[in-house]
Amino acid sequence: MIVAAGWYMALAAALFVIGALGLLLRRNALVMFMCIELMLNAVNLTLISAGRALNDLNGQVAVFFVLVVAAAEVVVGLAIIVAVFRRRATASVDELSELRG
Amino acid sequence: MAETILFVLMAMGALVGAVAIVAARNPVYSAMGLLGTLFSVAVLYVLQLAHLVAAVQVIVYAGAVLTLFLFVIMLIGVDKSEDWDEKLPYQRAFVGGLGGLIVLFAGALTVFGNFDWVPAATNTIPEATNGTIQAIAELLFTDWVLAFEATALLLTIAAAGAIGLAHHRTGQT
Repeated sequence: MIVAAGWYMALAAALFVIGALGLLLRRNALVMFMCIELMLNAVNLTLISAGRALNDLNGQVAVFFVLVVAAAEVVVGLAIIVAVFRRRATASVDELSELRG
Repeated sequence: MAETILFVLMAMGALVGAVAIVAARNPVYSAMGLLGTLFSVAVLYVLQLAHLVAAVQVIVYAGAVLTLFLFVIMLIGVDKSEDWDEKLPYQRAFVGGLGGLIVLFAGALTVFGNFDWVPAATNTIPEATNGTIQAIAELLFTDWVLAFEATALLLTIAAAGAIGLAHHRTGQT
């Protein structure tokens, strides 16, 4: 192992933080979804590199479940976005303040 | 040596793609940034001998999820540029500074602290057959079989929910 696991972890941390920042900064629901995907990918990278460092395959199996959950989440989330857009003609989460108390 | 060069290249690609997701005004460019990040991360998986996961990443994410994203972007319309006028002037700068600090902290831990990310990490060289379909399937269908079944249920529910949400009821809207 030439590149130590720590470098992969640092890269994953950077990707996760960028995703979290995008989630906080952007107001477009689609871009926010992409940022969530980015964060999930960062966690996957962490799992894979930890699994390799420990010589353990369970990390890779866990990544599969994360992938499945991400796919299901995207399907439902995009359906919600399209349904909201059909009613309100906007994808900005700032406009969607109907549920506030 | 080859691993180091590939790691540096792909890490830069992933970071550039990630920044493009957040910074791009047009959602299509955000999707392209996500594509670059996903491919770079897939190459990093290959570097770590997770060949099957890398293939699944390209097929599922770049193939299915990103296509779905682009489809919805086209459906909603690409010309809806976001309003960056501030109602909360300091929050964005604060969040950006905080994120930069976190990244710097992680980088400093890696570079200077020689931080032990994986406590039991050894220098054993993983077998070349580590990430094959057979090796993963053995685990998937023995130790993780309950999670596997739950995944099937989750996918069914997600598909049913998406159909229910997308079903256009005329006269009710």
